[in-house]
Parts: sequence; C-alpha cells; structure tokens
Amino acid sequence: MNQTVVSYLSQYEFYDHLLAFFGNNQGLLSFVIYMIFILIIVTMCATIGGLGTYAERKISADLQQRVGPNRVGPYGLLQFLADGVKMMTKEDIMPFTADKFLFYLAPLLALVGVFSTLAVLPFSSGFALADLNVGVFYLIAISSLVGVAVFLGGYASNSKWSMLGGMRGASQIISYEIPVTLSVLAITLLAGGMSFGTIVGQQKGLPFNWFIFHNPFAFLAFFVFFTGALAETNRAPFDLPEAESELVSGYHTEYTGMRFGFFALAEYIEVFVVCGVAAALFLGGSSLPFNISFDILPLQLLEFIIFMTKTLLLYYVVIWIRWTLPRLRVDQLMSICWKYLTPMAILNLVGCSIWIVVFNGKSIAELIFGGH
Amino acid sequence: MIPAKFDGLMPVVILMAVAVLLFLGGHFVSVLLAPKKPSHLKSTPYECGEQPVGSAWSMFNVRFYVVGLIFIIFDVESVLMFPVASIFKEMNEMGHGGYALIVFLSFISILIEGIAYCWKKGDLDWVKSYQVSLKQNNK
Repeated sequence: MNQTVVSYLSQYEFYDHLLAFFGNNQGLLSFVIYMIFILIIVTMCATIGGLGTYAERKISADLQQRVGPNRVGPYGLLQFLADGVKMMTKEDIMPFTADKFLFYLAPLLALVGVFSTLAVLPFSSGFALADLNVGVFYLIAISSLVGVAVFLGGYASNSKWSMLGGMRGASQIISYEIPVTLSVLAITLLAGGMSFGTIVGQQKGLPFNWFIFHNPFAFLAFFVFFTGALAETNRAPFDLPEAESELVSGYHTEYTGMRFGFFALAEYIEVFVVCGVAAALFLGGSSLPFNISFDILPLQLLEFIIFMTKTLLLYYVVIWIRWTLPRLRVDQLMSICWKYLTPMAILNLVGCSIWIVVFNGKSIAELIFGGH
Repeated sequence: MIPAKFDGLMPVVILMAVAVLLFLGGHFVSVLLAPKKPSHLKSTPYECGEQPVGSAWSMFNVRFYVVGLIFIIFDVESVLMFPVASIFKEMNEMGHGGYALIVFLSFISILIEGIAYCWKKGDLDWVKSYQVSLKQNNK
C-alpha cells in the first residue's frame, strides 16, 4: 500500500516533535509538508520539462548527425534557461480579433491540468503526494483538461491555422482517450483497484512480476496504452494539432512569449507524466527488485531513483520515436485509433477478464514457477 | 497514524494553486521585462502575410461531431466499467468469478456492438461520403 508523504513521515519520531512545534495543529503541519514536497516536485518537473526540450534537440541532432545546442553552458545544458529568459522578454501579442478571456484561459488550463496529474504519480512507496482510491480514474479525468486547453487555444485565437489545429487536437485527444482508458481498465482488472498504491504494490519483485508480463493481453495493452498516450500528448508521429509543415504551428500559432512557454512547458511535463504512468501501471513503477521487511529513508530514495530511471528511459523512447517516424495523415490517424487500437484494447480487456477467471488471477510466471 | 482528512485532496488543491501562481507570476515577469510597441499590423491574425479574409469562427465539418458522439458513448461506458473492474478480482476470489465474467462480458458486448455498427455505417471512415458512394456504385 502506498502512503502519502505526510502519513509516511508520521511513522517517525521527529514527526511528533514537528507536530509539537506547530502547536499540535495537524492541518497546518500537513500543509507545510505538502507545500515543501510540492515545491520540490514542481521544480523537478519543470527542470525535467526544460531539459526535455534540450534532450529533444540534442537527440534529434545525434540522430541526424548534427551537433545540436552547445553554446550555453557545458554541452549546451543551460540552453533551456536561456530559452526561458528569451520567452519572458518577448513582446506579448494578441490578435485583435481574438476572444481575450479564452485566449488567457487556455494556457492556464493546460498548466492546471498537467500539474494536477502530478499529485497521484507514485514517485516511491512512501512519497506519493496523494494516494487517491480512484487514482487512475482521477488521472484520466483531469488530464483531459489539456484537451480542452488545446481546443480553446485554437478557438480563441480566431486564426485559421489555430482553428484547424485546435479542431484536430480536440478530435485526436478525445479519440485516443478511448484506447488509453480501456488499457488502463485492463490493468484495473488485474490489480483489483484503481489506486496507484494498489497497482504498484502488486508488482513487487523481479521484472516477471510486472503487469506487462502478467499475460499476453497485458503485454499488448502496454503498447496500445503507449501509442494512445503519445497521441494524447500530441507527440510525433501524432503531432497533427501543431504540424509545422502544414499548419504553421497549429493551435499555438498566435501565442507569443510567456504564454507559448506555458503551453510548451505543459506539453513536456505531460510527456513526463504519461511516461511515469506507463512505468507505474505496466513496468513495476517504483517497486524494488527484492523483498525487504524493514523500511528506512534511503530505501525510499532508491525506489525514487528506480521510478525515475524507468520514466526517463520511456521519455527517451518518446523522443526517439518522434525523430524516427514520419507524421500521419488525419484520416490515417483516425482509422488507426478507431479501427486498430480500440478493437485491440477491447480484446485486451476481454482477454484479461477471461484470464483472471480461468487462471484464478495468476500471472504467467506464477503459473510456471508455482508461487503464491 | 494521522486522520484521513489530512491525507486526501489537499495536495491536489495546492498543486492547482501553484499552477495558477506560476501562470500569474510568469505573466507578471513578462509584463516587467517585455517591450510594448503595439501596432495594428502586428496584431492581425497570422495568415502567411496575406490580409486575413473573414473570421476563423466558421461552420465546420460535421465529421468532428460524429467523432465526439462516438467518444461520449465510449467514455460513459468505460466510466461505468471502472467500478466493476476494480472489484472483479475480489469477486473471483470469493468464488463468483463466472457470474462476474458473464456480467462484464455482456456489458462489453454492447460496446463491441456499438463500434461494429459505427464501422458498418461508415462513421469510422474519415471521408465517408466518398466511401459510401463508392460502395453504392459497386452495387
């Protein structure tokens, strides 16, 4: 069972001293602890998002035998800070035909939608911000705010390119939500619960305990989930909403300076979140490869490192895919979603439910080696 | 252990507040640093250098409407399936696996029926009119 930061720390003795320091005000102390951890995690994710843009350019340069950014800082590592400063000093331009309120609202919605998803990411068994009992459900629900933001951004600009991009974005995001949701449903079936604590807790141990190797249908479900997630975050080969060679820049054509920066930040953090969710649902998340009965703080750190390693490896795969595959056409995009991924996701769901009943919820490894 | 009420949605609310603060802060800094030289030409919608013709808020292809409808059907179905999925394993352990499976599969079969119907009607093809007219010509 996962715990949140506060309930995890409350096992230790120093928590009581802290509580006494705050005048036995449980709410205030919880708020302070959450605030500190949220600031750490937000800073970390913003840095990862920033380094994501750097990694994107550097990896694409490697794949195309170029050098890539190498001027700002060692190996160009500080490029994202320079980009951030440049965005802040750019003039803020809004088309006079635009819907002002919605134009302001769109990047805010994208940011809020992405940041709220960070709350349920299971960084380690003790250090999740919130272990909601409807975890994955909450995640799917709140991440669709980004779809609203993409559409609003396109609509409010009142520019034809933005409008087309926003329309494409909306139809793409809602379409690909179906295979993603159905794949997550398959994992909910296998885990017997929607909270990330339950899901990660059942994948403890060596890789064959991970849900991706639970049965052949779960293995397929991982790829359906990953493909759908790529499309939901508007990553190539599904980056039609911002297809630069046909729609200039899609839904954020009219956005300049900081507001464009927020869209970009939200997009890169969303990719990180999606990779983290894929790692937690299918690849064992933060679970250690061995069983340990005691619990000390360094172990939590080790779990955190395991989780981040899996997530960042998936992040690399996402970038790799972007620079390897060409972009799809709109009709191909829709037919892949509705005619291939969705039937496959339904098949996985049916397969998983039958597997549970026939093999009594045992995984392939358990069937072969005995076990529980 | 601590009471459950401090363990729930507080971080979610704080995260949302942090997102709003970051947004406002970014705007504030950008207002301080960015130059302001407004001109009418600068704030015309971008149309590759041409004078924009008309408004972008126009009628749009009804395909998106159908996609939206199919999405709502599927989304509502999957929302209804989540509670069933999360107790499915427990039901199986209690020995009601077969019963749960039948209920679950009959629910999914409605979903399959829906997608099969849409497929047959040609609603999943992007260029429906063309496909349909092609079929009619072949007949």
